[in-house]
Amino acid sequence: MERAALERLRWRCIRRGLLEVDIALGRFLDEEFGQLSEAEQEVFAVLADSDDLQLWHWISGQAECEDSRLLPLVARLRARQGALKTP
Amino acid sequence: MSIPVYKFDAVVVGAGGAGLRSAIQLSEAGQKTAVLSKVFPTRSHTVAAQGGVAASLGNSEEDNWRWHMYDTVKGSDWLGDQDSIEFMCKKAVEAVVDLEHYGMPFDRVDNGKIYQRPFGGHMSNFGEKPVRRACAAADRTGHAMLHAMYQRNVKANTQFFVEWMALDLIRDREGVVVGVTAMEMETGQIVAFHARAVIFATGGSGRIFASSTNAFINTGDGLGMAARAGIPLEDMEFWQFHPTGVAGAGVLITEGVRGEGGILRNADKERFMERYAPNAKDLASRDVVSRAMTTEIKEGRGCGPNKDYVLLDITHLDPATIMKRLPGIREISIQFAGVDPIKEPIPVVPTCHYQMGGIPTSYDGRVVGAGNAVVPGFYAAGECACASVHGANRLGTNSLLDLLVFGKSAGDSAVEDLKKGAAHRDLPADAVDASLARVEAINNRTGGVSVFDARQAISRTMQDHAGVFRFADLLQKGAAQILEVEKTVRNLEIKDKSQVWNTARVEALETENLIEVAKATMISAEARKESRGAHVRDDAPDTPEFPNGRNDKEWLKHTLWHRDGNRIEYKPVRLDPLTVETVALKTRSY
Repeated sequence: MERAALERLRWRCIRRGLLEVDIALGRFLDEEFGQLSEAEQEVFAVLADSDDLQLWHWISGQAECEDSRLLPLVARLRARQGALKTP
Repeated sequence: MSIPVYKFDAVVVGAGGAGLRSAIQLSEAGQKTAVLSKVFPTRSHTVAAQGGVAASLGNSEEDNWRWHMYDTVKGSDWLGDQDSIEFMCKKAVEAVVDLEHYGMPFDRVDNGKIYQRPFGGHMSNFGEKPVRRACAAADRTGHAMLHAMYQRNVKANTQFFVEWMALDLIRDREGVVVGVTAMEMETGQIVAFHARAVIFATGGSGRIFASSTNAFINTGDGLGMAARAGIPLEDMEFWQFHPTGVAGAGVLITEGVRGEGGILRNADKERFMERYAPNAKDLASRDVVSRAMTTEIKEGRGCGPNKDYVLLDITHLDPATIMKRLPGIREISIQFAGVDPIKEPIPVVPTCHYQMGGIPTSYDGRVVGAGNAVVPGFYAAGECACASVHGANRLGTNSLLDLLVFGKSAGDSAVEDLKKGAAHRDLPADAVDASLARVEAINNRTGGVSVFDARQAISRTMQDHAGVFRFADLLQKGAAQILEVEKTVRNLEIKDKSQVWNTARVEALETENLIEVAKATMISAEARKESRGAHVRDDAPDTPEFPNGRNDKEWLKHTLWHRDGNRIEYKPVRLDPLTVETVALKTRSY
């Protein structure tokens, strides 16, 4: 992903309405995003565009994501552990 | 240097509940209105408000705005201005009805009326018994509110500038507010928004604390801009905390965990609440628990390498009970603390939640600056403003009500002033110089301090010295330390020098706002030598002369912090409501 697009995505991951989503998306971007294929990165951008409560319900397991395209990334977000390294 | 100038009747900074509500008033009155936001409006932090909005509709049982007013004054520990509180409680019904008209999907009862649920501190008949006053849309009240009001604004032709960061307030030589400078993140372009009215609705600033439930967006941009423009900040010592946020993350652990048998332990594995509250133990009130946790940490019995948290232990509970009664807690603990609470205790710490103070306004949303004079052209509403309805502590569900009522009144006042028809006053020749200089300095500096380090220094200093329970010696040290930290903030360096989509630069600019809020908080807290509401000092304990440590004789007054020289002054609390008798001073107990 080119620099400007990545920075825009970064902003849209770490400036959310919910702290939980800031952390979940922010650390994934910091630690795992770089290992995704280009196609997966595009899907992640789509996932990050979901609204905050929807994302939080998926990440916390309060709701099941029914979009098969997003599902693998939701599972990876759910598997993340520990605190965020950036403030 | 010439930069583009965009001309509007009104510019609203912030697109959460308060900003959207005021923009509706402006746009529907035919004023050309711009709304600036760091994020898409429906991603504002208002989305996190789930509890509901208080209004004495009386749909389920008898209720009355006078009772709501009483509860709010009591909740504020008598520091709230009673004219503003009367105004808000009276306008609550209208605020909810307006939202209904915007298409807000409130929960309803069978007869079609809005369903109302009980909430802590909501009482009937002047504190006699609980009353159902909170209106909600399932657990997504804030979310639904943002969507309804955003749509209404789109219909009214409000012009949104999304992913723009406001930089500085523009005041002319007479002190009249004539606009703001702002940066478009996509291009890095700085623009002057020339306006006849500027409304700040920038939300809270909870990120000044290391542990905060606030989303990362809450960096106090409006407060930073106001302080730099010579506007004092009011009652900044008052912050609401929750006892149990996940250490290091801030994510809230519901108090239901202690209700289900969770036990707080220190580094020696001791159940320390037995010493502080022999009967209630871990079920003691929020204040008592927070105070005990802070004392354990201060006295060196905290856990972890920095001894800066305690443990919430539910390992003795049946795993089936945890899964059934505390849904989501295991997930939160695993994801944000890295521990499975079935096997290991959860690291927790008192966590900042809501800012009671802010930019001083009267109940009409007009900003009241130095010398108690209205600042022409400037309005503020919501968590960034201090009307003051929350005083020393906020009643649950009054935050959404605050942003609706004062968002509307700020919008109405701006419309009223705009209709008087004065033309745009000239932008001063140096209107954008200060903003350009700040951005240039950040762009060009080498060998400075990283934003990460500066933010860590701010948030650690605040958490360690001005947390939920306060000590005279720590506050004094903190006041000196935060001024040292300020020097590092004046020396920020970013590695990325790109012009377009430079998030590091935006974070540096946010940090310059955080430090203003941090100084205001620390210095105001150090100065207030009593306990009141959420400001609780070890050296102002509960005594017969001063119940709960509150000293009305000396401290029944609002703090005003001035950035210039870190000067503190005080102004009286407005104890006279608009039409009813004052709610007389008394000890606050629940």
